[in-house]
Amino acid sequence: MEVKKKLRIKNELGLHARSAAMIVELAKRHNARVYFKKGEQVIEGDSILSLLTLACPKGTELEVRAVGEDAERLVRELSHLFEKGFGEL
Amino acid sequence: MVGGKRIELKGIPVSSGIIIGKAHLVDRSKVKVPLRRIDDNSVPYETERFKKAVEKAKEQLSELKNRLPDRLKEHGFILDSYMMILNDSMLYDATLKKIKEEKINAEWALKGSFEEIKSLFSQIEDSYISERINDVENVVQRILRNLTGNRHDDLSNIKQKSIIVARDLSPADTAGLNAKKIMGFVTDGGGITSHTAILARALELPAVMGLCSVTKQVEDGSVVVVDGDTGKVIINPDDEDIIYYREKKSQREQLRSSVLKEAHLPAVTLDGYRISIMANTEFLNEVYMVKEQGAEGIGLYRTEFLYLSHNGFPTEEELFEDYKRAAQAMSPDPVIIRTLDIGGDKFKDKLTISNETNPALGLRAIRFCLKNPAIFRDQLKAILRASAYGNVQIMLPMISGLNELLDAKAIIKKIKDELKEKGIPYNPDIKVGIIIEVPSAVMIADILARHVDFFSIGTNDLIQYTLAIDRINKEVAYLYDPFHPSIIKMIKHVIDVGKRNSLSVALCGEMASDPLCVPMLIGLGLRQLSMNSRIIPFIKKLIRSFSIQDLKKDIEKIMELTTPEEIRSYLLRRMEEMFPEMGILGEYFYTRAG
Repeated sequence: MEVKKKLRIKNELGLHARSAAMIVELAKRHNARVYFKKGEQVIEGDSILSLLTLACPKGTELEVRAVGEDAERLVRELSHLFEKGFGEL
Repeated sequence: MVGGKRIELKGIPVSSGIIIGKAHLVDRSKVKVPLRRIDDNSVPYETERFKKAVEKAKEQLSELKNRLPDRLKEHGFILDSYMMILNDSMLYDATLKKIKEEKINAEWALKGSFEEIKSLFSQIEDSYISERINDVENVVQRILRNLTGNRHDDLSNIKQKSIIVARDLSPADTAGLNAKKIMGFVTDGGGITSHTAILARALELPAVMGLCSVTKQVEDGSVVVVDGDTGKVIINPDDEDIIYYREKKSQREQLRSSVLKEAHLPAVTLDGYRISIMANTEFLNEVYMVKEQGAEGIGLYRTEFLYLSHNGFPTEEELFEDYKRAAQAMSPDPVIIRTLDIGGDKFKDKLTISNETNPALGLRAIRFCLKNPAIFRDQLKAILRASAYGNVQIMLPMISGLNELLDAKAIIKKIKDELKEKGIPYNPDIKVGIIIEVPSAVMIADILARHVDFFSIGTNDLIQYTLAIDRINKEVAYLYDPFHPSIIKMIKHVIDVGKRNSLSVALCGEMASDPLCVPMLIGLGLRQLSMNSRIIPFIKKLIRSFSIQDLKKDIEKIMELTTPEEIRSYLLRRMEEMFPEMGILGEYFYTRAG
């Protein structure tokens, strides 16, 4: 299964160490592979360093793509995380 | 040892407080990396060495994490992120690939991967992110030390109470530290957002960073003065310095401890009016702590956590347990439970269905609950059942018109009848109130007032909706302003309507914890505020320095002012007159541990 969704970064600090770590943790709890696309750049969501190199400040829109049996749940939980501003809002 | 030339330096103050003590110089030179080419046969050996060194690093970090003192537990994430970096494909996989393809030893391959990551990070403009290369470097150094057999010199075995002076400290260094022996930190590098700064603030140890070359100017054992308020560091201070800083230190400490000591006392103004101070909470665990901070109840019990942390929906029983415990812990003080305040998009099974373009104005809070009565009923039933165990009250979010309120109340009534029939205990007189956070609710407050027991003003959303500002949108965020005259007039209107109808009116937005807003809110007539519990002792202290008679005169003046800027500068001026301690206590109001 493949699920795509656009997510916006709402927290003040943007995608920084703590939020990136939360994404990696979430990705690792699922079997599906997850990719993030910003502009033309695509990186894999289980690498905290890759996520940081995307350099996403508040307001950035990312396209997330998850592939695998639990892709849907993965994306759903990811959108919670983004929606809640990674616990900052 | 002692003596030597007096040197005064200025750095970045990252954690407040003053200390005078002896320097402990941490010498940590980087590991020298041996570079060797290897042949095909040695590839498995080098690969194995690397994997083992990483494995060992992981064990070391997780041990450090276990040793974190309780009050630093929440900072364990720093060590978690180190462990994540250890196995990150950009570092781990890349190094293994280099060993295999370039036929070089593990140290060289690791260094190569690091240089590649470093060059990527150096292109990032946001310094908060690009500085994280220091974390990567720290992890790399740790693996290198494991590979080469060099020992780690951590801060766990310091014998004498001292001020740590270092080029830079990694969270791994500070995690192992013996907090009893450390008075504060002084470093060449680092800044306000560095991990050491965060840890220093959590430990309430003074720290000054970004001093460039303090490690070259200080000798081990020299006397050092650190002023974490101003960023001043004096090496080999003279008698005059010592007298001055001892005096400043004791003033500070007296003030601070008096604030905390008085936390449990009520907030009474100079002319005898009592202001009720309650806490906003997110989790059940917080409930147990808010009493210590002097909270007189929970003015906003957020309930989203149980829903978001769950795969499906929490059961009525789980919710009941949670609310009951909160009620029992606070009893006889109130626990005002806000019903579910999130949007429906979070619960859609099929993600493709609805992507609201404007979720703040979409299907959320009471709207979502009324559309999904089964979810709403479960929560209301849990709250009603919990009301038998303490002073539980219901607060409905985002009410924009009378029908929403009446519909919600009809559901509550029905559940009450049901419980009564089944003989399940609940409080039949449970108070039901609403959050005033939509401008339409302000305008019809008099109509809504006839059907509720209380109002609570939710300023965060009220400001957003009134000023038509999406806080997420950077282009307009600067317009978000609690001092906008429209907001002040709205708050005043709600308070006045409440008075006319003998309703209690509280305020539970961020304004309640902003020291500039608080005197204004009290002057407008608010007698009940709910805020983040950590700030309660300081807000109480602030309130004890006002007289309501004076504040009322201030409000007359404020109501004549026309822009947020004028209002803010008026309040700042008054604050200096009424509460000169603000200069010393300001940091408690405005620092939010990052």
